[in-house]
Amino acid sequence: MNLKEVLLKPIFKGNPITVLVLGICSSLAVTVQLKGACVMALSVTVVTGLSSFVCSLLRNSIPNRIRIIVQLVVVSLMVILVDQVLKAYAYSISKTLSVYVGLIITNCIVMGRIEAFALGNKPIPSLLDGLANGVGYGLILVVVAFFRELLGSGTLFGFRIIPESFYEAGYMDNGLIILPPMALILLGIIVWIQRSVQKDLQEEE
Amino acid sequence: MEYISLFVKSIFIDNMIFAYFLGMCSYLAVSKNVKTATGLGIAVIFVLLVTLPINYLLNEHVLKPGALAWLGDKFASVDLSFLSFIVFIAVVAAITQIVEMVVEKFTPALYSSLGIFLPLIAVNCAILGGSLFMQERDFVNVGEATVYALGSGIGWFLAIVTLAAIREKLSYSHVPAPLRGLGITFITVGLMAIAFMTFMGIQL
Amino acid sequence: MNTNGNTYTVIYSTVLVVLVAAILAFVAISLQGKQNENIKLETVSKLLGAAAQADESFSIAEDADVLGLYAKHITDAFYVDGNGKRGDEMNMGKNNVKDIVVTTTSDLKKQNDIMKKIEAGDESLKGELDLPVYVFDINGRKITVIPCYGAGLWGPIWGYIALAEDGKTIVGTVFDHKGETPGLGAKITEKFFCDEFKGKSFDMDNGTVFTVAKPSALKYPEHGVDAISGATITSQALGKSINIWAKNYGPYLISAAAENAVPAETPEVTGTDENVNVEE
Repeated sequence: MNLKEVLLKPIFKGNPITVLVLGICSSLAVTVQLKGACVMALSVTVVTGLSSFVCSLLRNSIPNRIRIIVQLVVVSLMVILVDQVLKAYAYSISKTLSVYVGLIITNCIVMGRIEAFALGNKPIPSLLDGLANGVGYGLILVVVAFFRELLGSGTLFGFRIIPESFYEAGYMDNGLIILPPMALILLGIIVWIQRSVQKDLQEEE
Repeated sequence: MEYISLFVKSIFIDNMIFAYFLGMCSYLAVSKNVKTATGLGIAVIFVLLVTLPINYLLNEHVLKPGALAWLGDKFASVDLSFLSFIVFIAVVAAITQIVEMVVEKFTPALYSSLGIFLPLIAVNCAILGGSLFMQERDFVNVGEATVYALGSGIGWFLAIVTLAAIREKLSYSHVPAPLRGLGITFITVGLMAIAFMTFMGIQL
Repeated sequence: MNTNGNTYTVIYSTVLVVLVAAILAFVAISLQGKQNENIKLETVSKLLGAAAQADESFSIAEDADVLGLYAKHITDAFYVDGNGKRGDEMNMGKNNVKDIVVTTTSDLKKQNDIMKKIEAGDESLKGELDLPVYVFDINGRKITVIPCYGAGLWGPIWGYIALAEDGKTIVGTVFDHKGETPGLGAKITEKFFCDEFKGKSFDMDNGTVFTVAKPSALKYPEHGVDAISGATITSQALGKSINIWAKNYGPYLISAAAENAVPAETPEVTGTDENVNVEE
């Protein structure tokens, strides 16, 4: 498989969230603010990339019977490293992400890519595949967070975007969009748009 | 009274799916019909109920800062909380394996209906999430942790069975082509979550 | 090589576990200092933030040296028990800001657990409390900052309340929470809500010291603030925790206020004090 395809496919055509339906668990709860979503996207990218890389290095030596456990250990190791680094250098963000950093361990994207790609390919393509899937995942996260923060709080990255004069004229932030259910509905709309454009992804009736 | 309040809160208000999106992957993948959804739901309740108290005890007596004090004063300042992710996931993986073997050995009937879901559960965010939220919330005793596990499990069960029922009906309706399947499911779950939010005003 | 043999599997997993544990322990230990510093820095900036609201001309720049400012302005930091008896002192970092000692939320939680038992009727535990008190000098005013802690809708909520010389008038507040609903309960951290507390006071004479509720349910508007609409449970929980904590600080606050009133010989100060009493 050529590297360009490895890099680009997961971002659009094989997007882990909207096409493969992987890793939705933790992705939505952190999309209230763009900043948290970006850090989460970055963390997932680092974890998928590095775990794929390490598992690919180990792929010929892992005893088959304990394969899943070894993968879990490698993934947990990466997640704990990311969590510790966040706590030390980005404390306020790690506070808002709370348990969702830990939940990257059970994020299906990470395990899914190791099983499907890293165990059968060389380390460098595995690293790229992991990173690209992380980016594809992050992209959806950032899009959802963009709309939720803009419409829900009138800010982006904490900076006010919607001018004060709008509020004086009677504009109100949409409180509903900040609540958990709207993340799902936004995701539904993203899937709708993507599948209207890429007709081959539509499901049979 | 505390227990009842915690129980009701964890089923309806703190619902794992609708408030925290935990276990979403298998929730969407296995909710196509009511029968399999029921099987997975029961398996989740079961595994949560076993792993959460174990993880609670581990957290209280091994992982928390100062938790090792029972080994002697020398250990009173040891903080192993950085190991909690790896310990929790190891417990979850081990327990699902043991539960699978026990169920297979003693109740083959249950195994044939639950069996295929048990390995899936090791990587279900709801199980690990339950343990991580337990750690975050500082429950007072193991009883509270168990009640929380039962409540969250039942909440997850309710959520998946109702979604499966809706999806069974949905397959008879004409959904616009791009929304078919995943898209409409997301929106349905969103609407269900809004419905569940009405429980938020309940004061216990 | 046979990668499926028993010996190989056992050796493999042992090596893996030892290796992973070693890496984790190394990282955790090398980053721990930095992490604890972050936690301390956060508490210090909250304490200072609450006290600073006493004087509008006193503002803290975003990139300010918070620890340095804290060490400069703090005049006294110590523990009191539930009877108002003064206990140990905390290091204020006057010589070296690295030595500053502040209470973390887990310390507050421990105190809160004792308070719950006192509330349930075990008055003898009052002597066991170790409640932190921070006294600041903000442009000549003596500002006392006390914490509060309690359970919100989803997780713990806590805050720091700055009190004027009379030990009951609130001059500034800072609140924080672990996981309240964004856009609803999470609003307790926002400025508009914190500003509502300014000028309100603790009611040391009647049973309830402070309330957060909707305006129609406020019996004494000067001893309570309006709840956040849509976040009733978080607001009420906040009110409840302030109430319980202030009650336990009560004996200390009353005696400290009396002490403050005596040396201040200028008639105006005692005058305002009396006025406050008359209002009640």
